[in-house]
Amino acid sequence: MDSLGVLLVAPMNAYLEQELDRRCRLFRLWEAPPEPDRRAEFLRANASSIRAVVPYAAHGVDAAMLDALPRLEIVASYSVGIDRVDLAACRARGVRVTNTPDVLTDDVADLAVGLAIAVLRKIPQADRYVRAGLWKSKGDFTLTTRFSGKRVGIIGLGRIGLAVAKRVEAFDCPINYYQRTKQEYPNYTYYPSVIELATNSDVLVVACPLNEHTRHIVNREVMEALGPKGALINIGRGPHVDEAEIVAALVDGRLGGAGLDVFEDEPNVPEALLSLDNVVLVPHVGSGTHETRKAMADLVLGNLEAHVSGKPLLTQVV
Amino acid sequence: MRFQWRGGAAAMSLSTMVATSSAAPASGKPPAILLLRPVDPPFAVALRERFRVLDFLSSGEPLPAFLAAAAAVPDPPRAAVVMGGGAVRVDGVLFDAVPSLRCVVSTAAGIDHIDLPECARRGVVVANSGKVYSADVADHAVGMLIDVMRRVSAADRYVRRGLWPLQGDYPLGSKLSGKRVGIIGLGNIGSLIAKRLEAFGCVISYNSRKPKDSVPYSYFADVRALAADSDVLVVSCALNKETRRIVDGEVLDALGPGGVLINIGRGANVDEAELVRALREGRIAGAGLDVFDGEPKKPAALVAMDDKVVMTPHVAVWTTESRSDLRDHTVANLEAFFSGEPLLTPVTMLP
Repeated sequence: MDSLGVLLVAPMNAYLEQELDRRCRLFRLWEAPPEPDRRAEFLRANASSIRAVVPYAAHGVDAAMLDALPRLEIVASYSVGIDRVDLAACRARGVRVTNTPDVLTDDVADLAVGLAIAVLRKIPQADRYVRAGLWKSKGDFTLTTRFSGKRVGIIGLGRIGLAVAKRVEAFDCPINYYQRTKQEYPNYTYYPSVIELATNSDVLVVACPLNEHTRHIVNREVMEALGPKGALINIGRGPHVDEAEIVAALVDGRLGGAGLDVFEDEPNVPEALLSLDNVVLVPHVGSGTHETRKAMADLVLGNLEAHVSGKPLLTQVV
Repeated sequence: MRFQWRGGAAAMSLSTMVATSSAAPASGKPPAILLLRPVDPPFAVALRERFRVLDFLSSGEPLPAFLAAAAAVPDPPRAAVVMGGGAVRVDGVLFDAVPSLRCVVSTAAGIDHIDLPECARRGVVVANSGKVYSADVADHAVGMLIDVMRRVSAADRYVRRGLWPLQGDYPLGSKLSGKRVGIIGLGNIGSLIAKRLEAFGCVISYNSRKPKDSVPYSYFADVRALAADSDVLVVSCALNKETRRIVDGEVLDALGPGGVLINIGRGANVDEAELVRALREGRIAGAGLDVFDGEPKKPAALVAMDDKVVMTPHVAVWTTESRSDLRDHTVANLEAFFSGEPLLTPVTMLP
């Protein structure tokens, strides 16, 4: 596919960039200065060549970019979440869209469980305690809360939600879930609203896609229903959670704790969270392993190859 | 003279005990127990509600004097509550001092502070904490493992220092799902760790004194061979002569440059100096440690490893649920003994 002009929006993965450079005609968006007019100029200058764009979670493809790239045929996102790709606009222009499902399911589910245990058992806090020499000077650490047997509520039993459920079952956690359409799972209890789900759960995991129905799906009411002993784990998208409300709820203690991998304005994290002891904060590392990022890159490359050779796309969204 | 038993802050005085030794009849009173470890208020209340508690730590007496006085009370104690960690050894000296003892209930899982052959010789029954702690320890081991592989604590520090906007994305971690996990010690805790990690798609192997029947995991008689065949090595065995430094330099080398060690056993199960060297030299990739040589401490050399190591201050059992479970479990064992029932979690000598 060496005649395929591909626009890579950011240096998100060295292997991906290297392969695109080797196998395609690579355009690096970040080589243009960040000001909008300089970016627009860059796109104009290369528009006749760019037939593919590779965006990711932090930087999508909007209608303006689509307008600037009239020869665009395919958007192959280096992510499973494509909330930042204007799907309607792509559809309207006949631009195909692919993402990277399945290859990152295990990593994201592993992290969700890891965050839940970290929050309830205060592992990062305990690690800080040892590092600061407080074990020696202050004595025993605080008692924490058992994870096993806690009621886990999952918003969205898709690939990732089911992978989380499978893992926490091994900890004897009863599993509850909410999603727009109920499905029959013999061992999982369906709740018809997120509020009821939160009321009946000790740990609430956000695992649904971000779209117009799920923005701020975890709002103040849901946080209060989860309560002073509850923990929220967000491995979805920042906008799933009303961030201003969660900061207040965590500071007040109306919400017991949170493990957050995603934020409304990454890489910025609300200052007030940075000094709390009842949160674990990680910088969007859900799929952040060597193994998975390579698999994601291979899936992006595979989709581009399929497109160019007229074969069925591997993981088509639009 | 009315017999004065443990209640509130009142200590039992020698003279009181001696004076009443031939007084009031034994029947109708709650049975006496020796309490040879510190307990929190809810535990103390639970014991006092049911038993006459002869509390060593509150007595202020040296142990031999306390034991002699306890042995001399009317209806002397037939059971003792002890802790792990060797604070009070359960051996012939104790039984000679208090010959009325027929039952020892330990609040620990381990029994290295108890002379089991001596107990057997004297017909003293022993109970331990059974599975009370097992889930919490297993959960902690899994949590530590995910933390080390996915750098949760290190990434959390990165975010809190404000580095995400300044330095960009955090370096990649290592996938846990599907990795080969070698467990040293497949007892209550090891089995629960195995069950949890299976749900992550991990492949489980183990080492123990003997292979276990009807366990679907590969057995390795040699820990080095287990390590060579594993991406992750978990120490969850008891500490005894055979398992002291069971993880040494050779085992770490067999685990290899991509390998991760998790220790929720005892510090002495691992050669800590070798571990530090192995981490520094990149002979293994990372470690999650809840136990250390010379606790409590700030293990400076390990702290310097920054994101290769996750450390917690011996908290694997440290949940509110474990505390209340332990209280209920200890009381249940004592009540079983005093009503002539078998102990819930008897410790028998291994062949």
